[in-house]
Amino acid sequence: MLADKDRIFTNLYGYQDFGLKAAQARGDWDKTANLMKAGQDAIIEEVKASGLRGRGGAGFPTGMKWSFMPKAPTPERPNFLVINADESEPGSCKDREIIRHDPHKLIEGALIAGFAMRARAAYIYIRGEYIFEAKVLEKAVAEAYAAGLLGKNAAKSGYDFDVFVHRGAGAYICGEETAMIESLEGKKGQPRLKPPFPAGAGLYGCPTTVNNVESIAVVPTILRRGAAWFKSFGRENNHGTKLFQISGHVEKPCVVEEEMGIPFRELIEKHCGGIRGGWDNLLAVIPGGSSVPLVPAAMMMDVPMDFDGCKAVGSGLGTAAVIVMDKSTDIVRAISRLSYFYKHESCGQCTPCREGTGWMWRVMEKMRTGNAEIGDIDTLYDVTKQVEGHTICALGDAAAWPIQGLIKHFRPEMERRIHEAKGDDMLEAAE
Amino acid sequence: MPKVTVDGLELEVPAGATVLQACEMAGKEIPRFCYHERLSIAGNCRMCLVEVAPGPPKPQASCALPVTEGQIIKTDSPMVKKAREGVMEFLLINHPLDCPICDQGGECDLQDQSVAYGRGASRFEENKRAVTEKYMGPIVKTAMTRCIQCTRCVRFTEEVAGIEEVGAIGRGENMQITTYLEHAMQSELSGNVVDLCPVGALTSKPYAFEARPWELKKTPSIDVMDAVGTNIRLDSRGRAVLRALPRINDDVNEEWASDKTRHAVDGLTHRRLDKPYIRKDGKLVAASWAEAFDAIKANWSGDAAVIAGDQVDCETMFAARALAGASMLEGRQTGLAYDTSSLSAVNFNTTIAGIENADVILLVGSDLRREAPLVNTRIQKAIRKRSAKVFAIGPVTDLTYKVEWLGDDLSALAKAPKALADALKAAERPAIIVGGGALRYEGVHGAALAFASKYKLVRDGWNGFNVLHFAAARMGGLMLGFAHDGGIKALAAKSPKLAFFLAADEADYSLFAGSFKVYVGHHGDNGAHHADVILPGAAYSEKSGTYVNLEGRVQRGERAVFPPGDAREDWAIFRALSDVLGQRLPFDSLEALRAEMAKAVPALGVEGLADYGWSEPTLPSAVNGKIADYPIKDFYLTNAICRASETMQRCSAELVHGTQYLEAAE
Repeated sequence: MLADKDRIFTNLYGYQDFGLKAAQARGDWDKTANLMKAGQDAIIEEVKASGLRGRGGAGFPTGMKWSFMPKAPTPERPNFLVINADESEPGSCKDREIIRHDPHKLIEGALIAGFAMRARAAYIYIRGEYIFEAKVLEKAVAEAYAAGLLGKNAAKSGYDFDVFVHRGAGAYICGEETAMIESLEGKKGQPRLKPPFPAGAGLYGCPTTVNNVESIAVVPTILRRGAAWFKSFGRENNHGTKLFQISGHVEKPCVVEEEMGIPFRELIEKHCGGIRGGWDNLLAVIPGGSSVPLVPAAMMMDVPMDFDGCKAVGSGLGTAAVIVMDKSTDIVRAISRLSYFYKHESCGQCTPCREGTGWMWRVMEKMRTGNAEIGDIDTLYDVTKQVEGHTICALGDAAAWPIQGLIKHFRPEMERRIHEAKGDDMLEAAE
Repeated sequence: MPKVTVDGLELEVPAGATVLQACEMAGKEIPRFCYHERLSIAGNCRMCLVEVAPGPPKPQASCALPVTEGQIIKTDSPMVKKAREGVMEFLLINHPLDCPICDQGGECDLQDQSVAYGRGASRFEENKRAVTEKYMGPIVKTAMTRCIQCTRCVRFTEEVAGIEEVGAIGRGENMQITTYLEHAMQSELSGNVVDLCPVGALTSKPYAFEARPWELKKTPSIDVMDAVGTNIRLDSRGRAVLRALPRINDDVNEEWASDKTRHAVDGLTHRRLDKPYIRKDGKLVAASWAEAFDAIKANWSGDAAVIAGDQVDCETMFAARALAGASMLEGRQTGLAYDTSSLSAVNFNTTIAGIENADVILLVGSDLRREAPLVNTRIQKAIRKRSAKVFAIGPVTDLTYKVEWLGDDLSALAKAPKALADALKAAERPAIIVGGGALRYEGVHGAALAFASKYKLVRDGWNGFNVLHFAAARMGGLMLGFAHDGGIKALAAKSPKLAFFLAADEADYSLFAGSFKVYVGHHGDNGAHHADVILPGAAYSEKSGTYVNLEGRVQRGERAVFPPGDAREDWAIFRALSDVLGQRLPFDSLEALRAEMAKAVPALGVEGLADYGWSEPTLPSAVNGKIADYPIKDFYLTNAICRASETMQRCSAELVHGTQYLEAAE
């Protein structure tokens, strides 16, 4: 279990004030200029050395991402940092805790990361529904400006840097980096074609890096305590600490900072008071937010909760939004509800996702009641394969994977419903 | 030049090409819906998926992927076949099966590609989506349930037409294409979205349920609605032209056509002159050809004035000139009297395609959007692609792009404001466009030429001096000498005994009160009302003709249908009349006429850009006064054919005069 002294987010639960004074008492904004004195490339090297991988779900090495940015931007074509606070993935709720209780970690991180990638400004794109959080963030940014920590000669570092808070309008797709850039530009939130990648042509055609809130917020602490400290947690390729968000059928759902790679069972036992009704009652787990395939109980128990560990069981860590489902769950209905979410949130730009998400949801609804044929399961699987990998952005994949996970692990349950709806007892006769 | 391999075939492709282009170069057909050569890349239909190595292990959208050295592209692998079938199936699940009642049938990309790349049957058993119709104006009929959201129409209106009125609302499967608040598209180019639409969502309203494409005879022709010389194809069935579509010509119209070009064709069957008439006791009475010719003979004195209309072909003008003599010819009906001693000084020298490369453009009394919509799109392109700056002298009007208006005072031409002068000095390819709105003022032509030489608009490899005409017959007429010193007023002052009017409906007939007026034309419009004798001629669709567009490009169109009733091709009328008058013309066929014409004006014998050389006449250049207005008041009603067209009348009422039409169902 992560020791209290090693926690980065020391006000995760809001026991203290979020304001600047309290944040400084917790160590934020402490000699930020000194951290920046090391120089831009040194900061990038340090972040690379820490092994930090993007906390938004894809797990791309953060330092490497920063190193793609042009080293000598011109005033006509500046670099930009965009911080993705459009946290809309069902199950995910970590950025919200950071923003409402510890916003100065994020703002300081924005300055340092922005400085490292030679950005002129950072845009924090915050989810539209996060009204209270946006107010807190705006207040914190105003505090930072008033204290000279942002703006001209930010934190007396000699570097000019601005932070803008932009509120979204509630579209899940705007959490996709290029759709976010479109939305920031005032356009309809639809993902762009890649290439060009944002690091080449992003916001207003300028080089842009889009990072998750958590990825940015941990940077100041990594620099203060050193890459080696951060790297000491977790295992090879999966270093550091991470905010886990456990929801569903556990005794005490919570958001908690833990070491990467903590076994699933330990995570639940230590922080959530165990599974509701005991471990035998566990049915399945979605370990990384709604976009990743579910994992049945038997396979999940001892999985180390990190990128590679979840991948090994055919799923992913995603944002570490752990959705726990016990045996009272109607699993088909649960996945069908996720399908509805993706149908509702598909931007409609490209064909497979626009047409496929609706189709998949409708078939899933039939599966829920059993009002289908056995062959429909195969058709459904085929349709998910037709969506997966054929779309502009990853929303198509995200819509396909949960269903694929369901079919892979719970096909007998789906077949049982179909037989039951038909009043078919052949299955029992065969046994 | 990167080297790539397409289905085992190795080839070099230009750097910056896309994988789709590389495949096409290798002779492979790549199915697509959203991709269009002249629009930006959207990459949203996902139909053009191919397998590319190196790359991720999934098919890639070839339209948006740049080629790189050593790429191995597969267009016929099982992965590609499956991907195409998948996308095709998705496109069809919500597409209605109403092909039998859809106007796109027979020329539908979705039909064709589902046959070629589809699965053959659908596994979709749910209900299909239905979408309410959208109102897009008098030209575009919508059936939005058929829409496959390729966004070609959205990109066209924004990028080419320059209006931001069409877009997508809603998201996911509820995404719908619509105009802003369902108002009519305010564009002279709206009909092009019908061609662009790969399915039957946007079809032509005037042409609705008229014909199937395979029933139509297709004839290449040249449009005469403006001076651009749009290359068109006339689709006819029996004796009626049912529609006009643009042909591709990158030098002239790319693949666009204005709404007038497309939809004035229904005017070809209304208000037609189909027999000769003679005025008796102030009233026009139907007559035979012989009676009409005799009436003319009675007033024949060896020569006559000829006033050519705006849409006349060179052959007609040449035949009239051969009979009537060359001393009293005029084509500028509205009274313009600019100097024509040098044709290059009244030509669009930069060329239509060339104006795309200009970096600073000055418009003088030119309402390009109405006078030559397809030249306007080129300027739009110059602004989008090369950040060209546009200045204009004249009353402020909406040209669809950003213009720096310098006021309507012509003195700005003599003394350029600082912003303009600075821009011109820094420019590499500056251009001026002088329109009819300015040419009618004395000294403007000279001042524009002086301006051109002051700012070196004509330089090595670049001629930036342009006059913009908007009559299809103008440049051809000028080449044939249809320009009288002092214009039509000076000609009328000679009080000719006999005057031929070649479909001239814009002229002031009161000037010719003392002349015997013979109207040779096709529509019962203004000219016919004033004529003493009417000889029914052929409209542009009913004769093979040579036209010279505003840049001096000689083009030929072919006859699509025959003239109605007793009407005849115009040249043949003059040939027959010459017999009666005892001055037999030396040609018995169109070919012979063309040979004679080529002898008289060699440039008219060769299709392509005529070379006028560059010479500047010395003209008075003192200017004062203000440009009061632009000549075209109503884009949709500029000539007799449009005025007879129900579609154009409705466009005019709705788009120019703001009449509200409600759909019957509402």
